[in-house]
Amino acid sequence: MTDTPAPHHIPDRLDNPFTAAVFSWEALLVAVAVAIFAVNSFASPYFLDAWSLSDLTFNFTEKALIALAMALLIISGEIDLSVAAIIALASTMMGMAVQAGAGTPVLVAIGIVVGLGCGAFNGVLVTRLGLPSIVVTIGTMSLFRGIAFIILGDQAYKGYPASFAFFGQGYVWWVVSFELTLFLIAAVVYWFLLHRTSFGRRVFAIGNNPVAAQFSGVRVGRIKFILFCLTGLMAGIASVLITSRLGSTRPSIAQGYELEVITMVVLGGVSILGGAGSILGVVLAAFIMGLVTFGLGLLNVPGIVMSIFIGLLLIIVIALPILWRRVRRERFA
Amino acid sequence: MKAFLRYREVWLLAAIVVLIGLISTRFPGFADPANLRQVFNDTSILMILALGQMVVILTRSIDLSMASNLCFTGMVVAMLNAAHPAIPIPLLIVIALLVGLVLGAINGLLVWRLNIPSIVVTLGTLTIYRGATFVISGGAWVNADQMSAEFIGLQRAAFLGIPVLSWIAILVIALFFLVMTRTALGRSIYAIGVNPTASVYAGIDVGRTKFIVFCISGMIGGLCGYLWISRYVIASVEVANGYELNIIAACVIGGISIAGGIGSVGGAVLGALFLGIISNALPVINISPFWQMAISGSAIILAVVLNARGERRQGRIILKKAEAA
Repeated sequence: MTDTPAPHHIPDRLDNPFTAAVFSWEALLVAVAVAIFAVNSFASPYFLDAWSLSDLTFNFTEKALIALAMALLIISGEIDLSVAAIIALASTMMGMAVQAGAGTPVLVAIGIVVGLGCGAFNGVLVTRLGLPSIVVTIGTMSLFRGIAFIILGDQAYKGYPASFAFFGQGYVWWVVSFELTLFLIAAVVYWFLLHRTSFGRRVFAIGNNPVAAQFSGVRVGRIKFILFCLTGLMAGIASVLITSRLGSTRPSIAQGYELEVITMVVLGGVSILGGAGSILGVVLAAFIMGLVTFGLGLLNVPGIVMSIFIGLLLIIVIALPILWRRVRRERFA
Repeated sequence: MKAFLRYREVWLLAAIVVLIGLISTRFPGFADPANLRQVFNDTSILMILALGQMVVILTRSIDLSMASNLCFTGMVVAMLNAAHPAIPIPLLIVIALLVGLVLGAINGLLVWRLNIPSIVVTLGTLTIYRGATFVISGGAWVNADQMSAEFIGLQRAAFLGIPVLSWIAILVIALFFLVMTRTALGRSIYAIGVNPTASVYAGIDVGRTKFIVFCISGMIGGLCGYLWISRYVIASVEVANGYELNIIAACVIGGISIAGGIGSVGGAVLGALFLGIISNALPVINISPFWQMAISGSAIILAVVLNARGERRQGRIILKKAEAA
């Protein structure tokens, strides 16, 4: 964000591909995930069960869907704190449509369009008016959720049609839920977009040096605008899923999700200063957070104590490579 | 006169006067000095917190953990008071300041020594400090009947017709004003925000100064922990949940640039007052309190748009170019 970047350390020779892979961020995340998985299997007899593991995925798929788009946004050097508020507003709009007698296809369309619209609103404020995204989205976060509060107050919308429940509660095959399937497909799409297309290269270029990217012919404003729209779109999709799963809408829905989504992205190795990161890392981080919360839940650890573990995990996983590099540099200096 | 109008604080003050005027047309008693004193008192905690956040934002950092720090420290002093009512309140305030200082120093050390971006560090400690509150309290509340009369009564005692809480706010404002305008530390904080590279060449220890501002915001969080608990007379894990964004909102409305280096004590105070007036006015002019969130959201967006226009000054652009090169 606004912190000063550390001076670059340029090594005398590059690591060979094998050592690079072993010491990569993703390898660290895989190791952490395996460790947590093993600990969980020993700690609770209920953990290693197909249905338990399936339930586990419901913990994070909605947030992880947003994290995919948020990763691209943060790589480009921007941030969106309003995603949870977009969920609330989109859910409220879907609730209003239900009262007016709308069917399932209309509800899904409303959720997605409202999400996209909110994302575009953020995008216009940031790219057209040149405002810092962290402040803009703190503002729109209050605005979007505020509108939900104005419409709903202390009431709740219920009475969603039975067919609407499929998105958040349905299974595609055996224990594989619709949410998980959607997340895996989205992950592949975002992986392709970020790592295999020129659009993805431009996102990295903008994050590393927006001025140089501009002079290289990259339409910085337009790409950032698209990224805000994508993030809004994913929040809209997440809103459909969570509303379908809960079967009701309150204005306080998904409160605090934005910080969990960002934690997921940062834990996944995306630099908060922009310019670096991978979709694989974000997907692994999503599974790690799901494993931690679910495993601790099986041990009857309250949610607020779990958040300590998530917070510690975030700081430790970020701090370890920094300390490791420092030790290595001192040894070879 | 022209130079006078360039100050953002003047415009903000004008906006506040217009706001009070508008509210008075609907509810004539609002502009009454007694009522305004009440609004000031209600907003005192937010003003103090906004000042603590301001020094952090000025150095291009951010402290998202202030509300969790407030929650944790508040719980510590409330439990101490419930268990040992004999501990004098001034000592409890010193304890609150120290606990807050330790929490702030943890943030500061991670930012200074490991060079982790402050938004990541404080995002982590945001959840850790609130979780720690649950651990020390076991999820239990400390209620009004468990707190001693002095614990609750101190900030409500009137001195020269004004509650002690307001006096504390005035004292903190004066202290910050002195530090920011009259000391080397204050100048260093601004310098780091405007141009960290130049600050290093000017002999400022950027890392250490960042450590100090996190210690300051931590102490402020701790102090407000006591003030908040003794004002709302309940200590629980949910205290000030999500309030970190209100604090930042007050700063943003007050014209403090999130990019660092721009902002003043007066701005932070007025930004907090603006939010305080809105939340106080809505009930008396018969607007549902559910409108408050959307109104403050709009105010934030409007403030950023206006601030951005003010910040596009020639001098700053030259510095940015030099920095990019």
